[in-house]
Amino acid sequence: MTTVDRPVAAGRRSGGTARDWRRWPEKAGAPIVLALVLIGGSLMYGDSFASRQNFGNIALDSSYLLLIATGMTFVILSGGIDLSVGSLLALAGVLTAYSAQWGTAAAIALPLLVCAAFGLVNGLLIGRARIAPFIVTLATLLFARGLAFAVASEGNKVHIIPADLLLTRLGQARWLGVPAPVWFALIAFGLGALLLSRTRFGQAVFAIGDNQEASELMGLPVARVRILVYVLSATLAGTAGVLIAVQTSSGLPTIGEGRELEAIAAVVLGGTLLTGGAGSLSGTLAGVLLLKVIQNLINQVGTLSSYYQQVVSGTFLIVVVLVQLRLARRRRR
Amino acid sequence: MTFAAIEVRSVHKHFAGVRALDDVSLSLHAGEVHALVGENGAGKSTLIKIMTGVQRPDGGDLSYQGRPVSFTRPRDAQAAGISTIYQEVNLVPLRSVAANLFLGREPVNRFGLIDYRRMHRAAAGILARYGIAVDVRSRLGELGLGVQQMIAVARALSMNARVIIMDEPTSSLEPREVDLLLGVVAMLRDQQVAVLYVTHKLDEVFRACDRVTVLRDGRVAHSGPVAGTTRLRLVAAMLGRDIDQVRRHGATTFGDEQRDTTGAPLLRAEALSRRPVLDDVSVDVHAGEVVGLAGLLGSGRTETAKAVFGVDPLDSGSIRIGGRRARRWSPAAAIRAGLGMVPEDRKAEGVIADLSVRDNIVLAALPRITVGGFLSKRRQAALVDTFVKRLQIKISHPGQKVRELSGGNQQKVLLARMLCLHPKVLILDEPTRGIDIGAKAEIQALIDELAGLGIGVLLISSELEEVVEGADRVLVLRDGAVVGTFRGDEVTEDRIMRTIAVASNEAAAAKDDDD
Repeated sequence: MTTVDRPVAAGRRSGGTARDWRRWPEKAGAPIVLALVLIGGSLMYGDSFASRQNFGNIALDSSYLLLIATGMTFVILSGGIDLSVGSLLALAGVLTAYSAQWGTAAAIALPLLVCAAFGLVNGLLIGRARIAPFIVTLATLLFARGLAFAVASEGNKVHIIPADLLLTRLGQARWLGVPAPVWFALIAFGLGALLLSRTRFGQAVFAIGDNQEASELMGLPVARVRILVYVLSATLAGTAGVLIAVQTSSGLPTIGEGRELEAIAAVVLGGTLLTGGAGSLSGTLAGVLLLKVIQNLINQVGTLSSYYQQVVSGTFLIVVVLVQLRLARRRRR
Repeated sequence: MTFAAIEVRSVHKHFAGVRALDDVSLSLHAGEVHALVGENGAGKSTLIKIMTGVQRPDGGDLSYQGRPVSFTRPRDAQAAGISTIYQEVNLVPLRSVAANLFLGREPVNRFGLIDYRRMHRAAAGILARYGIAVDVRSRLGELGLGVQQMIAVARALSMNARVIIMDEPTSSLEPREVDLLLGVVAMLRDQQVAVLYVTHKLDEVFRACDRVTVLRDGRVAHSGPVAGTTRLRLVAAMLGRDIDQVRRHGATTFGDEQRDTTGAPLLRAEALSRRPVLDDVSVDVHAGEVVGLAGLLGSGRTETAKAVFGVDPLDSGSIRIGGRRARRWSPAAAIRAGLGMVPEDRKAEGVIADLSVRDNIVLAALPRITVGGFLSKRRQAALVDTFVKRLQIKISHPGQKVRELSGGNQQKVLLARMLCLHPKVLILDEPTRGIDIGAKAEIQALIDELAGLGIGVLLISSELEEVVEGADRVLVLRDGAVVGTFRGDEVTEDRIMRTIAVASNEAAAAKDDDD
């Protein structure tokens, strides 16, 4: 076996470090910017920014986006896009509030099953019928939003989740001082990372986004993998919806508008190629935090309208994508 | 006698009434490298698709390891042990080498999680076996095409393939990479794998293959051991000629007159190089001269035309039109300088099928028929009318869509488009391919007529008689280089074929000396 081992070791020494060095901006871009923004924020706003209380707020705020963005990372890596997640989040919230009358189990199971079913429909239309993901999930976006309004009686009736329900106590709890949604988001993120990097399914997601035709010729179950990423994305969006509803004790059909775009922005900021095939969940985590920290900082500047948050986020997005493009082009030479 | 690893018998295949394969039989044996050669449209791709389950034959049967089989999709053929290496590397470039080798069958631990250490070690072992020295963690896309192609081969082998089909695997490789690949092919033979090696490069047939089958127009034109054949015989089979009876038989309508070509050339292209397709190609075209480019598919015929017209960028070389050296060469600059080109692929690069005959003709001439920035309908109509009459384009009215015309008339529309720019030099790439005999004769006569008017013509054709009878001077290309030039009475089918074949011989001999 020694003869077999040698090429690996030799290769690692000669080529490995040089290549990793060239690839760092793509992988570490978002974390570095995030660190800079955190340091800058702490210096400028001191304790009103860098406090346990404020960081707790940022974490809670990030947890919903992290759930959606985790699913979105799988979808984008596979070469697709999922525009339906914002609407599914609202639908899940409304269904949670609506079904709270039948108890905790129903209030969790119904929204998640409905969202998973939406994901399955997305996946079947994209993976089997081969309709463009943009079109399919745009249709589901409209469909799910409409359904959310219908369940909430045109938005006139807001279902309230009783405060004494197990669900409420569970969802609003803090463990080790950390709010429950943050725990859920971190667990989902951790499982997602394992799924993506350590399973055949995860490898297939990368391969399909990289070159779908080649993946088919190599005998990968392309359709099945594509279906599953949309089920995963929809279910995670549903989870976020349930958690938001429990936090606010109600299901509003209007929430989550534009969340799909925010999630896509976080994924791309995190270094995942929008065309699929390359990227990471750790990057997505950094992208999510970056967006939310910027939002928080803009709020610190009391005089600026919160809309400036979107201006700044948009600027960051363009810069990151430009840098990625340049790197990708240079490597291709 | 053992049975064949894979065998097709009397296979037929039609596409929309066109016969792609007609009674084709082929058998591959373990430990044998079988070359499949033929020009464009000979049926090579269709045959591969049938053997790999991408398409099913209309008639005939397929047997694998002695048993009849019918594959319904590529995965069935793969599962049975038939792997295909495509012309374009079909792997995932953004993933690592190891990931590409093990995609879909990564080693996992007892929790179902991928064991990367084991995977990397196994990948390194596979590469070491084939002498490929790369880090298995590198991104595949960062490696050279040759290495990528080798990794595709390694993947196929590590899946215990018993039949490997290689579809023009060297078409995008450098010579050094070709050597590496052919080394692996020899190794496959030793390991009792059956290899179908599809190529149009005769060198590789003689260097690496045991048997050879030539397809021409969907039929087997020749099949037998490589040792018992000659390059000339293969060339003749590929081009559909009987080597014993090569003579001029006047099937074309080109005239016989010779033209004076002693003056300064209209077009002078010098030392055009573009790796790996063109190597130091020089072409001159004088006023009123028809220069033919002959050679097999992939020899650099079309590549030369595209380089001269500024379609593909050059590594080096210069192009002069009327003595002026061209800078920043592009098709637009070429047209301004007085060049016109009718491309090989009429449908993809030539006509715009949904536009009218009128619009297609004036497309390139738009600047000349506008008045103050607006299109002059009157000038447009006059121009179109002139050319439709002169080239005898058969249309119901100028507004008719080009899609509705026959191939010959579409070709005339393209010619008209170039002629209304009053070019000094015309490049015609396969001007009579796929058009009926009548239209062919008209176009050949037209080429003569244009030369008579003082236009220089660069004529590319895979039909030898067209080049022989149409051209005053013929350059023979092989592997992107000029290997022979003939003028006047020297231009015969026999000489050209011998040059193509002998050139291969000499190159192979030179190669052997090097080794």
